[in-house]
Amino acid sequence: MRVKSGQRIRITFSKGEEIRYLSHLDMMRLWRRALRRANLPLAYSRGFNPQPKISIAAPLPVGFTGEEEVMDIFLEHPVSLDAFARNVKRQIPPGITLKEVREVYMALPSLQSQVRFAEYIVSPLEENIQGRIEELLAAEVILRQRGGKRYDLRPLIEDLRLEGSSLWMRLKHDAQGVGRPDEVLAALGLERAGKAIHRTRLIFAS
Amino acid sequence: MLALTGGAIIVTGGCVEISEGRLDEILSQVTKPARYTGREWNSVVKDWDRARTKVLLAYPDLYEVGMSNLGLMILYDLLNKEEDILAERVYTPWVDMEGALRRAKMPLYSLETKHALGGFDIIGFSLSYELNYTNVLTMLDLAGIPLLSCQRDESHPLIIAGGSCAYNPEPLADFFDLFVIGEGEEVLLELVEAYREWGKGERARFLRRAAQIEGIYVPSLYEVAYGDGGLGTPRPQTLEVKPIITRRIVNRLPPPPVEVIVPYVEAVHDRAMIEIMRGCTRGCRFCQAGVIYRPLRERPVEEVLFAADELLKATGYEELSLVSLSSCDHSQIEEMVRGLLTQHAPHQVTVSLPSLRVDSFSLELAALFQGRRKTGLTFAPEAGSQRLREVINKGVTEEDILSTIEGAFGAGWQRIKLYFMIGLPTETREDVAAIPGLVKRIWGMGRKIGGRRAQVSLSVATFVPKPHTPFQWMALEDEATLEEKQAFLRRELKGFPLSWSDPQATLLEAVLSRGNRRLGAVIYEAWRRGARFDAWDELFKGAHWWEAFQNQGLDPDFYARRPLDREAPLPWDHIDVGVKKGFLAQEYERALLGQTTPDCRGGVCFSCGVLETFPGAREAARQGLWGCPGEGKEED
Repeated sequence: MRVKSGQRIRITFSKGEEIRYLSHLDMMRLWRRALRRANLPLAYSRGFNPQPKISIAAPLPVGFTGEEEVMDIFLEHPVSLDAFARNVKRQIPPGITLKEVREVYMALPSLQSQVRFAEYIVSPLEENIQGRIEELLAAEVILRQRGGKRYDLRPLIEDLRLEGSSLWMRLKHDAQGVGRPDEVLAALGLERAGKAIHRTRLIFAS
Repeated sequence: MLALTGGAIIVTGGCVEISEGRLDEILSQVTKPARYTGREWNSVVKDWDRARTKVLLAYPDLYEVGMSNLGLMILYDLLNKEEDILAERVYTPWVDMEGALRRAKMPLYSLETKHALGGFDIIGFSLSYELNYTNVLTMLDLAGIPLLSCQRDESHPLIIAGGSCAYNPEPLADFFDLFVIGEGEEVLLELVEAYREWGKGERARFLRRAAQIEGIYVPSLYEVAYGDGGLGTPRPQTLEVKPIITRRIVNRLPPPPVEVIVPYVEAVHDRAMIEIMRGCTRGCRFCQAGVIYRPLRERPVEEVLFAADELLKATGYEELSLVSLSSCDHSQIEEMVRGLLTQHAPHQVTVSLPSLRVDSFSLELAALFQGRRKTGLTFAPEAGSQRLREVINKGVTEEDILSTIEGAFGAGWQRIKLYFMIGLPTETREDVAAIPGLVKRIWGMGRKIGGRRAQVSLSVATFVPKPHTPFQWMALEDEATLEEKQAFLRRELKGFPLSWSDPQATLLEAVLSRGNRRLGAVIYEAWRRGARFDAWDELFKGAHWWEAFQNQGLDPDFYARRPLDREAPLPWDHIDVGVKKGFLAQEYERALLGQTTPDCRGGVCFSCGVLETFPGAREAARQGLWGCPGEGKEED
């Protein structure tokens, strides 16, 4: 077997208020450029249009913030994690905080394939919706329509509860399906406008 | 002077700071909200209260377009380098954002510190396209700033404009307090200085003072006598005001900005740009840029290489574009490209060359790109027949075209885009019929060399007579003939990706290009009827304009669809760009005789006027900073 000389670095970062309106593609562009500015030996894909090999665990929609977003970055050759963190911190815009940098095995399966659940906090809630939450959790099927397709939202909701004046939820996020917090809000009869949706963490297959 | 009647303008208060909470509410209703949030990498956020002069750079088009404008970035960099000047940006909000701002009664604001437009000292619009004019009105109105210069007082910002459209400022004369004629690098700081000396006294006094500055045009100090059915030339109202406004230029290109803003949203030109040359000496007779950016000034290779390195480090871009009117005409282009590729290609950087001439894109240059990642190549034969290419002074032969493009395919390029124009002066059906033949020969060659991946696409624009060009007196072709020619090309070039310009939008562009001061009322009325983003096919509605023309008793064809009398005064005669009217007239004559005029660079001076107009010109030319013949042979 050929020994791979590269390095795979897994970082945890937050996406804050300042950049909440960036789309997933905007975030990818932002990271590509920040990492290039950080002067790292980025590994590139082969082929006609080589791209740096970076992957974000789960896209975060426009308007959402995230507490612990996870991304893998592949390098051509290993660098010290301290140097990595130092260089990257200098090149990321306000709104991104680098929280953790660690090295993982090159051979691990792709980051996206390992996500199982995502947890969100939605706030503020103006009305008491305890009753509606219970109803929703008790339902066997929650038929919703999205992009012209009908689907059942219920199996995508793992858990749902009030936390003070916020709504906490854990939703499925895997190859079978991705639960969307705005869909849950709609099923609860709540307006999306005026609410902050914050992804507090991603849960991976152990 | 234009008088406004019955406009339903929502006035939204002067200098307000925008609250984040209210902004969030608005942004959640619009597409791509990141267009309106700023905070991009390298954007400069200064302390509002400590800045002595606050300048807002405004671009009257969507964020993605405005962020691709190198000129605006140059001025942003220049102004922000001054300790006590703050320069911020604003672009035209898309129609959904305009609606959201109006509903919330929130003024348009700057991207950097989110201050309403009314709080700035100077708002400078960059005008590069006539079809953006209504967006200027939208932006002022969204800030509650009176649209007409005469309605504004000391409490309002100074509203100024520059850019290529300022070379015929008349259609917008009622809206702007003053125009900067020429290269802003030279004039802006002088203007800021004058503004400070004035210290917010009587507004009219400042305007009179500003009018003394070379290159500044204050339209309210000029009046227009239209005479008998003429377009009219503005003349000074008093003897203190200069009758002719001469363009300002820089003798040597200032160092290029390197810490440029990197947008989050994908810009139209999403790449690093370095201006390697300004001006062009080729003398294509339809081309305004070829006149108004003279003389030709090159940036030395070492400076390009150094700046490219800094620029890529500061931005993280993966593509570097060498910007100029005709990049391969840089005398050291091969050395430059070789240096850039050696230095940056190993770091996955692509080097791209926009707008190429087929006779200067050499095989040697093409070979440098062999085996490298490439973007597409664009060539502009402009006309299909040799005869017509000679009329427009596009001195290339079919042999040039074919051998160059063969070289490009041979070096591995696969996507070739071709620019043509229809409606050119003296154009016949045979000239148009020559286009498909040429395109098919090019495509056949691509197939032979590049195989099935070879692609040829076309853009067929319509000739629009532009001020300060030899063809400024020519007519825009009539709509029926243009449509017939477009239909012919569509039929003959079935299967080729083909884009062309909408005849109605072209007519409007032609009218505004050669317009006089009377058009202010039309622009205002069209805007009030709903004209927005006229440069965007999906939003352009000719009806708004044609109704406005009718109401104002003006005829678009009078402006666009007739040859102008060469003896008659023109609305831009008081603007001296350096190239003289006599030279343009001579070129007009030569065009009709089918005579070409060779490139003057390194050859004979044809006395276009540039060397006579600018002080220090001859010295600059002798030092080789300019592309002008060093020893002036200016006598006829």
